[in-house]
Amino acid sequence: MATPMFRFDPVELPPEALKIQGEVREFIQEHKDLMGFSKGEYSREFSKAMGKRGWIGMTWPKQYGGHERSAFERYVVIEEMLVAGAPLSAHYTGDRQSGPNILRFGTEEQKQFFCPKIAAGELAFCIGMSEPNSGSDLAATRTRAVKVDGGYKINGSKLWTSNAHRADYAILFCKMAQEGGPDVDDRHAGATQFLLDLKSPGLDIRPVINLLGEHHFNEIFLTDVFVPDNRLLGKEGNGWNQVTSELAFERSAPDRFLVLFQMLCQMVDVAGPNPDKATAAALGKLISQLATLRSMSVSIAGMLGEGLQPNNESAVVKDLGTRYEQDIPVVARQLFPTEPELEAIELYASMIARSTMNAPRFSIQGGTREILRGIIARGLGLR
Amino acid sequence: MAIRDETRMLLESMGRLFEDKCTKQVADLAETGVFAADLWAAVAETGVALAALPESAGGADAEWSDLYAALRVAGRFSAPIPLAETMLAGWVAASAGLDTVDGPMTVGPVRAGDKLTLERDGNGWRLSGTASRLPYASSAERIVLIVDGPDGEMAVALDGVAGAEVATGKNIANEARDTLTFAGLHISADAAGMLTGGVSRAALYRRGALARATMMSGALEKAMDLAVTYAQERVQFGRPISKFQAVQQNLAVLAGQTAVAIAAANLGIQNLGHPDPEREEVLIAIAKTRVGEAATLACEIAHQVHGAIGFTKEYSLQLSTRRLWSWREEFGSDPEWAVKVGNYFCAKGGDALWPTLTAA
Repeated sequence: MATPMFRFDPVELPPEALKIQGEVREFIQEHKDLMGFSKGEYSREFSKAMGKRGWIGMTWPKQYGGHERSAFERYVVIEEMLVAGAPLSAHYTGDRQSGPNILRFGTEEQKQFFCPKIAAGELAFCIGMSEPNSGSDLAATRTRAVKVDGGYKINGSKLWTSNAHRADYAILFCKMAQEGGPDVDDRHAGATQFLLDLKSPGLDIRPVINLLGEHHFNEIFLTDVFVPDNRLLGKEGNGWNQVTSELAFERSAPDRFLVLFQMLCQMVDVAGPNPDKATAAALGKLISQLATLRSMSVSIAGMLGEGLQPNNESAVVKDLGTRYEQDIPVVARQLFPTEPELEAIELYASMIARSTMNAPRFSIQGGTREILRGIIARGLGLR
Repeated sequence: MAIRDETRMLLESMGRLFEDKCTKQVADLAETGVFAADLWAAVAETGVALAALPESAGGADAEWSDLYAALRVAGRFSAPIPLAETMLAGWVAASAGLDTVDGPMTVGPVRAGDKLTLERDGNGWRLSGTASRLPYASSAERIVLIVDGPDGEMAVALDGVAGAEVATGKNIANEARDTLTFAGLHISADAAGMLTGGVSRAALYRRGALARATMMSGALEKAMDLAVTYAQERVQFGRPISKFQAVQQNLAVLAGQTAVAIAAANLGIQNLGHPDPEREEVLIAIAKTRVGEAATLACEIAHQVHGAIGFTKEYSLQLSTRRLWSWREEFGSDPEWAVKVGNYFCAKGGDALWPTLTAA
């Protein structure tokens, strides 16, 4: 066939992954009070406990605080935690993308300084990509760095920065200021990444409250923020290549279809052991979607373990996974109508409130649906 | 783990064979009711149809996963032959100690509501009841049916349709689907046997469902290949339509649904022969449910991308889409199988959902 086909080889989890599955399930039982729907939030204490178990930076080299475990073992730990609604936010960005990007592009000193602390669950990262006028179009970044004695001076702003108010560092994406204005021919020219200490003078971090009334987002203003030479990540001007790699790490994670898992369980319980035909069919359809997404995700873990870069496959799973998750509250309200209320005593009513209000972000964060389909189209050779 | 080398080799050789022997002319001729005998002979010569049988029964002890992989290739080429039916007929016959033949075979019942009974008649048996919409029954040299005997389920082997009242029919891809009615047809003692080794009417039904799901995943590969290729060739407004974002986004969805269909079918195939028949059944139910959903979405897009040409008999997209629209209803539709998935998990309750889904 002429058309490139995406590869999802059927894979079974190896014994060591099944072993760790049991260990994680025990750990979850021990930390039951921290788990639950919508509790999947921020707990430094929980991140440290996971670090102690060796479940952060699992595939990284031991010399940088990692544990040299397989991609399958890492996959299992993450999916079990997501399913339980564990509070992963404090370490998840570092584990998923900041740490791997430092290992890939960082200096020896940076790897030794950052990675063991991330793996211990002691150092929290956030993502410094989006800006007021640079969302899907990352190359439109206006934040600028200027070389000064001993480092860089950075001015600009970042937006939608989740957890910046409680993280320690950000990987900041910006451009080197160019003599005579920006290069109009190469939109990626001068792109550069920095490891930005969020306690640096000149930073102003302000909350952006989301539509649920919660504080996750922030806007960051940078005014003459100094970053020393040893906190340049990779090379000046190589930032586009590096941020693309960071996004690939972000998109290959299994967290695009397990956020609402507990709500699906709740729907199964509300349906009861003898559901009518329409209810059984609707739930059966959702469960079939989930089972297939999970097998595709395990397949991606296998490819990551082989050192492949399944960017197209990851885009497919994220696109389908977010569609599935957005369908959950839609199906729920059709099967079991209720008036949504965030603080409702009835668990189901609060779940439907939270999931309905959260649903729009699923197909926006980490690459909009349109961007992902553009990636898939490129993979098909259409662009 | 991953795809076995044997499977890959089989897929490549089946692909070459179909490329050569299963042309649009062959598919078109078969739709007029002429059995594709040359294509069948070429496929039979590879031995793939009976390869799952033990060597003692003329097979090669092949892995079922490999044979299902071959069915995906057959689906990709819209092969108008009873390959899945012959594989399953051989499997049922061998379990009941009945002979197989090298020619095309079919198997049944393929419909959940059919009733077939076998009563003692001297040394032999009498067969009564109806087997609806048996694939290629009129062309089959042997028909293997699972029937209710006095002591449980049995298999009978018939040499063609002689002795049955035949109502010919076809699906919307013009594949023969013949309804056979038996009114006390005499069956000799050596043409009937008790089923063994976990073979049952329910097991046949689910393996048939998985065969259709797998063939559908192949047909979707073809529809996607045609749509992507066509979009790059068709020029409108001064450029290939593949350059329009609206078309690209649709093709991306088509590619996603195709990938999902293959993954879902593989999930069923991975669990074929699972020691717990309930688990085999629910994973096949998941596969047929998800592939059916994918087919519905994907056919719509494949046609939309093609415009009017895709709606013609001359252009080959319809060979795939008419099969997809037929096969998604055969051996149980996706909504029917979805009910089974829902019932299975609702009976266990929400807390059991994840441990059950992830059980080995």
